[in-house]
Amino acid sequence: MDALAAVTSRVRTLLPDHAVITDRARLRTYECDGLTHHRVVPGLVVLPETADQVAAVVAECARHQVPFVARGSGTGLSGGALPHAAGVLIVTSRLRRILAVRPEDERAVVEPGVINLDVSRAAAPYGYHYAPDPSSRQVCSIGGNLAENSGGAHCLKYGFTACHVLAADLVTPDGDLVTLGTEAPDAPGYDLLGTVIGAEGTLGVVTSVTVRLTRDPEAVTTLLAAFAGTDDAGAATSAIIAAGIVPAAVEMMDALAIEAAEAAVACGYPAGAGAVLIVELDGPAADVAAELSVVTRLCTDAGGFALRVAADDAERELIWKGRRSAFAAVGRISPDYIVQDGVIPRTALPEVLRAIATLSADSGVRVANVFHAGDGNLHPLVLFDAAVPGQEQRAEEVSGAILDLCVTHGGSITGEHGVGVDKARYLPRMFTDHDLDTMQLVRCAFDPAGIANPGKIFPTPRLCGEVPRKHHAATEPARDIF
Amino acid sequence: MRASFVARPADAAQVADVLRVAAAHDLAVVPRGNGTRLDWGLPPSRLDLILDLSALDRIVDHAAGDLVLVAEPGARIADVQRHLAAAGQRLAVDAPAPGATLGGTVATGHSGPSRLLAGPIKDQIIGISLVRPDGTPAISGGRVVKNVAGYDLARLMCGSYGTLAVFTRLIFRLRPLPAARAFITAPVLGPSLATPLIEAVATARLAPSAVELDLPAPPPDDAARSVACPQGAVVVLVEGSPGGVAGRASAVRELLQKTGAEEVHVRAESPPWWGALPQWDAKPQRDAKPRSAEPSADDDTLLRLTFVRSGLPEVLSTARDHGAALRGAAAAGVLTAALPHAAPDRVALALAALRTVCARYGGTAVVLNAPPEIRSAVDMWGPIPALDLMRRVKQQFDPSHRLSPGRFVGGL
Repeated sequence: MDALAAVTSRVRTLLPDHAVITDRARLRTYECDGLTHHRVVPGLVVLPETADQVAAVVAECARHQVPFVARGSGTGLSGGALPHAAGVLIVTSRLRRILAVRPEDERAVVEPGVINLDVSRAAAPYGYHYAPDPSSRQVCSIGGNLAENSGGAHCLKYGFTACHVLAADLVTPDGDLVTLGTEAPDAPGYDLLGTVIGAEGTLGVVTSVTVRLTRDPEAVTTLLAAFAGTDDAGAATSAIIAAGIVPAAVEMMDALAIEAAEAAVACGYPAGAGAVLIVELDGPAADVAAELSVVTRLCTDAGGFALRVAADDAERELIWKGRRSAFAAVGRISPDYIVQDGVIPRTALPEVLRAIATLSADSGVRVANVFHAGDGNLHPLVLFDAAVPGQEQRAEEVSGAILDLCVTHGGSITGEHGVGVDKARYLPRMFTDHDLDTMQLVRCAFDPAGIANPGKIFPTPRLCGEVPRKHHAATEPARDIF
Repeated sequence: MRASFVARPADAAQVADVLRVAAAHDLAVVPRGNGTRLDWGLPPSRLDLILDLSALDRIVDHAAGDLVLVAEPGARIADVQRHLAAAGQRLAVDAPAPGATLGGTVATGHSGPSRLLAGPIKDQIIGISLVRPDGTPAISGGRVVKNVAGYDLARLMCGSYGTLAVFTRLIFRLRPLPAARAFITAPVLGPSLATPLIEAVATARLAPSAVELDLPAPPPDDAARSVACPQGAVVVLVEGSPGGVAGRASAVRELLQKTGAEEVHVRAESPPWWGALPQWDAKPQRDAKPRSAEPSADDDTLLRLTFVRSGLPEVLSTARDHGAALRGAAAAGVLTAALPHAAPDRVALALAALRTVCARYGGTAVVLNAPPEIRSAVDMWGPIPALDLMRRVKQQFDPSHRLSPGRFVGGL
């Protein structure tokens, strides 16, 4: 009996029948996450309902050296939850209880399958919310957010997932259930949780997460401004930041992205705009009012027109709808597209956008730009038609070239979507073998057998038992970041 | 404890050189910034070489437009803040002691008043260059705030007490200096008023940047306690635009008065103790500590207490019952307690009581620093979950156990 068959037969005794999927047709429904061009049918799918069941499944995987991959809602855009053909896919969608909401402590305790927005909904009656808000917040899970260290538009002011998770129960790749962190801040010992967050499921599976709840601001105001082009919108962004204002969010869309959003959701963005900027300010009412007048002036000075302040929540939602639906909306103007995710220092924005425009013109590949302008996180959408021979490959090339632009400008190949299976080959553009080896020391500590989500993040797995490679430490100078 | 050698490398390459030599000769190494907290944690079980990083004190790059700072670990926080202030910016990291360095504050994972709104020091750091104990240099993160490429080793290094690697460069996100700030101070004599004041401010939507508590130690014996309790304070910091700050300062003042504070002052300047550990109040000469990891018999016993906010009343009253002075980010659930000179058995009792209460509220009580006779009498770190995983991480980074050996949790 092969290892997977051995695990399968054990798992059948550990989990109820309805929590174990072996039927080929049903397995296929889990063959990809949000990055749909990578597909692998998992060897086995389990849908555990308790932490103990997760631990029991992982322990069996460990015993038989069978790989396992955790999956939340499957909305990831880097293939982080791509299954393993000879492995177990652990789906957390039935671990979706909100275990506690304690506004007096500014904490909620939730299972990993809980939907991001549901945490805020549960906290709303008390005047609190969960700050990280990826665009997919209506469907993405907290466990997936933790694995990817998800951001969202409002992380400019409030920080990403890592800033909002205090503790988690983790099933280690050995099958042990351990608690990392404490509900209070500053847990003593190594901040293992800080490393698990964003490790894309390569260090274990979380079964319970304690998050920080954030007090709702007294006032929120959302400004939509049109510009002739992204240069002007970028100049307005820089002016806002230079004025010492930290908006809750600064989002930009270029003409092509606007066109797509209008076609899809009729968000009513100003006609003739070469770019729009969404600036959201929140906080105490008097401060928000003061900041709004400054932002309005700076946008106008930078050539902004058709400025509009959302009069109420419904108008705010409409402004945001255009932005949040942008990725899917591009489907209206192109049969296929790649969602790219790169980061640059904000001051490099005009230069990089011009370079992207040049790439697009030279290759004939259209690129729509949607991004978190406040923190330099670009989401170029590279359009193509897979039915036309050669187009997909050219799109891939443009997409890769955009990442190169990010790296050469001192940025990153991913700001929030993760490395996953999609970008592992790009990671060496940012990091040397020493860097990646050093990161993988943590991997070796948690998962010496390499069974937790193998093949993700690192292009070359480090063999944990090996004698440390004779790297040229004696001759290579110590390097610093740029 | 005396080291046989002290090395003071001039740059990152020399740090790697020194560590390779130390590895070749099986020397135990303790990295040192300015020595303000070198005696924190347990004394190292071995010490051959002090790696003095005070020459790595440069600001490498201040990218003002990107709100990013690249600096060396030996840079002093106060100097860095002066430099940034000239460009209207700041790092949301408070110097806990005169002369405290960036590296030392990252290594001890210490966060001050600004953590309430801006988050702890680990939320400010976005990239790191380090050298492993075998001399291998490596980086993680980078110089953009949003970045999920690869594992985040900077977070792992925060609060690791120099037991995993030596830092050679640190990259931080910055924030604009506010145009206006106001410190609203309500004097308090003890927990009974402090607790409701802190609760009221923390739950109001006034977006305070900090809510700090400072309570000097009560008089030593019970009889005196009712006679002359030294005055402490709850201090709320609001920052922002001039108009907004003036309005919020008034709102905070009214809220505090409504909640029972009698005389509330609004000032533009911070109180003298702001952000400092109580240990340094009376002993400013400690800035120039000798190059040793020797705990001093003059030290108070310094504890870090953490708890979720509903634990505040019990933590305060328990700490006061044991004679502790308290200071810190009360609304964030982190306080430093100083137990004045006391017999080891009394400190042990206080620690046990505080551990019980803090644990009830999701937190911990850790001894940061103590005189030698107390160190040997108590468990400084307390119970640590997931210690086995921590051992495995240490084993991977430092298999021969030479970097600050024995200083950290579980003898790591």
